[in-house]
Amino acid sequence: MTRRIDHAEAASEFIAATDHIEFHDRRLWDLRRKRDRATAAVPEWERLRDLASQIKEHTLTHLADYLEQFERAAQANGVTVHWARDAAEHNQVVYEILAKRGVKTLVKSKSMLTDECEMRPFLEQRSIAVIETDLGERIQQLDDEPPSHIVVPAVHKLKADVAELFARTLGTDAANHDVHYLAESQRRTTRPSFLNADAGMTGANFAVAETGAIVVCTNEGNADLSVHCPPLYIASVGIEKIVPRTEHLGVFVRMLSRSALGSPITQMTSHFRAPRPGTEMHVVLVDNGRSERLGMADFWSSLKCIRCGACMNTCPVYRRSGGLSYGATYSGPIGVIIDPTYDLRKYSALPFASTLNGSCSAVCPVKIDIHDQIYKWRRVISERNALPFAKKQAMKMAGKLLASPRLYRAAVEAAGAGVEYLPRVMLYNRLNAWGRQREVPAAPAMTFRQWWLKHRADKGGEQR
Amino acid sequence: MSTRDEVLARVRRHQPAAVALPELPNFERAAATAAQAFESFTAALTQMGGRIVHPPADGDLDALVRGLYPGARAICSAVPELSGNRPLQGVQHARDLDDVDVGVVRAAFGVAETGSVLLTERELRVETIGFLVQHLVVLLDPASIVATMHEAYADPRVAAARYAIFMTGPSATADIEGVLIHGAQGVRSLTVVPLATS
Repeated sequence: MTRRIDHAEAASEFIAATDHIEFHDRRLWDLRRKRDRATAAVPEWERLRDLASQIKEHTLTHLADYLEQFERAAQANGVTVHWARDAAEHNQVVYEILAKRGVKTLVKSKSMLTDECEMRPFLEQRSIAVIETDLGERIQQLDDEPPSHIVVPAVHKLKADVAELFARTLGTDAANHDVHYLAESQRRTTRPSFLNADAGMTGANFAVAETGAIVVCTNEGNADLSVHCPPLYIASVGIEKIVPRTEHLGVFVRMLSRSALGSPITQMTSHFRAPRPGTEMHVVLVDNGRSERLGMADFWSSLKCIRCGACMNTCPVYRRSGGLSYGATYSGPIGVIIDPTYDLRKYSALPFASTLNGSCSAVCPVKIDIHDQIYKWRRVISERNALPFAKKQAMKMAGKLLASPRLYRAAVEAAGAGVEYLPRVMLYNRLNAWGRQREVPAAPAMTFRQWWLKHRADKGGEQR
Repeated sequence: MSTRDEVLARVRRHQPAAVALPELPNFERAAATAAQAFESFTAALTQMGGRIVHPPADGDLDALVRGLYPGARAICSAVPELSGNRPLQGVQHARDLDDVDVGVVRAAFGVAETGSVLLTERELRVETIGFLVQHLVVLLDPASIVATMHEAYADPRVAAARYAIFMTGPSATADIEGVLIHGAQGVRSLTVVPLATS
């Protein structure tokens, strides 16, 4: 039986590193603010969100036909199309393509799907060297950690961590924390891999049914180098990445980087439709739970996700706990609603890593009702009796309290007095989770009910 | 049943009730003049870390590029307007461009909204000229700038290309503490030279 991921426990280590948590919080909030500025500059932004959502919903509700159309178009372009039911089959398909051609080294750009499939260790155990070429993803590979964010994989690390890591793995000067020096060191050590690799690999941001093209959005140019240097190119594509026609890319490309980083577009928006003469191109279409999710009435629309990370950047829980604490490939609000579809028990604590403030849904470019789905997952989990004991007891107490106005009033008044008069040790101790890493706000002089009775009840307000 | 048929059957079985495909409205910017388009293009390109350098009055692009990159030893040109000193014809393998300092190409067209230029295998001739070289100079006909990405994708050259890229400024990363670095894995700088197609 898989172990339940304890998000709160896992986050406590990250929270204890004060410099890290403060920087993490600030950096991601900065991305959120840049996103706000970029989207405000597009007058038709809300119109684009509606369109993006409808195009995705249309495609997902006709997905089988579009997948077949994509396959026909890709084959007509000279591309070999493979299918994979799950992660294991994906890894096996990729391995067989590589092994048949005697590939020793694979350069790849960032792909959440290959992380989801845990492809890297699978290939490495079979003597194929896999080199991540995106700076953040390379940092995570060298540190033997999964990405902590789907757009900025090493956002939880400070430059001193990277300097120490690169000194240990790339032989750089441990005392030099200069970011330019560190980035340049990774560029210098990665370049020979591009030149000498036998194969290149990318994920896909979009796959166009009409033309068979794979669209990859990056800033570093590493996807293009991974494709254009070696004689063999493999793209791993989740089946939900399909869009019907080239014209639809305009909607999504306008939204992706504005939502992710606040820039109008990624530096590179690349379309790979057919192999260069004398080379091979393969596409692996991967299901791995997506077709099952499509049949879940409450949760299928999470397949609309274009992986911009805006919901993560805006989420107060994500910003103050770090992506690794989710113990899953996908973290933050979108992860919280996707992960339980892979393993309900293992990820049953994740839907509780949310304040339900709804900010994730408000920034989502494809209008996924993320916070509603988080709430629905909580219901599923409590119905299946998968709640942790402490949470169950707390909910039982809350249920009794909220069902009785008299008990509720007594509790609110007592709590206000408590914050004021209780010694600190009673509030800030190990038993009170709300007293950790934060000050409990001072209670107002009177409760809302006391205020209402004094100021409004005698002015025609209905007293209950 | 093959994997393919099994996946397709499961998708078909689970597809929710059909949702209609919306018509894309016309987002064209009304009354945008060529001058306004170039102005927005320049602003967006600058934001993305690229720059505009106007061609010299005497039209000597070789001198312009040598002046911009005085230390450059290998200059490789994919355009007739400039000769460089590393002929592209002799390139056998993509990786042979690794020691090139400056590459020169002509964009198919530009996009005002984002500051992007479209490059395909036709313009690049050898794809890695856009990535392995240290600096990229892009000739762009100012009359070819379209307003938005919607218009850009309506151009049939995008879908027809074997490879097409909207390149917007140089390669970049902010993966360490959000510090912006130009010259991640691809080119370190991108210079657009506005020049009508001869």
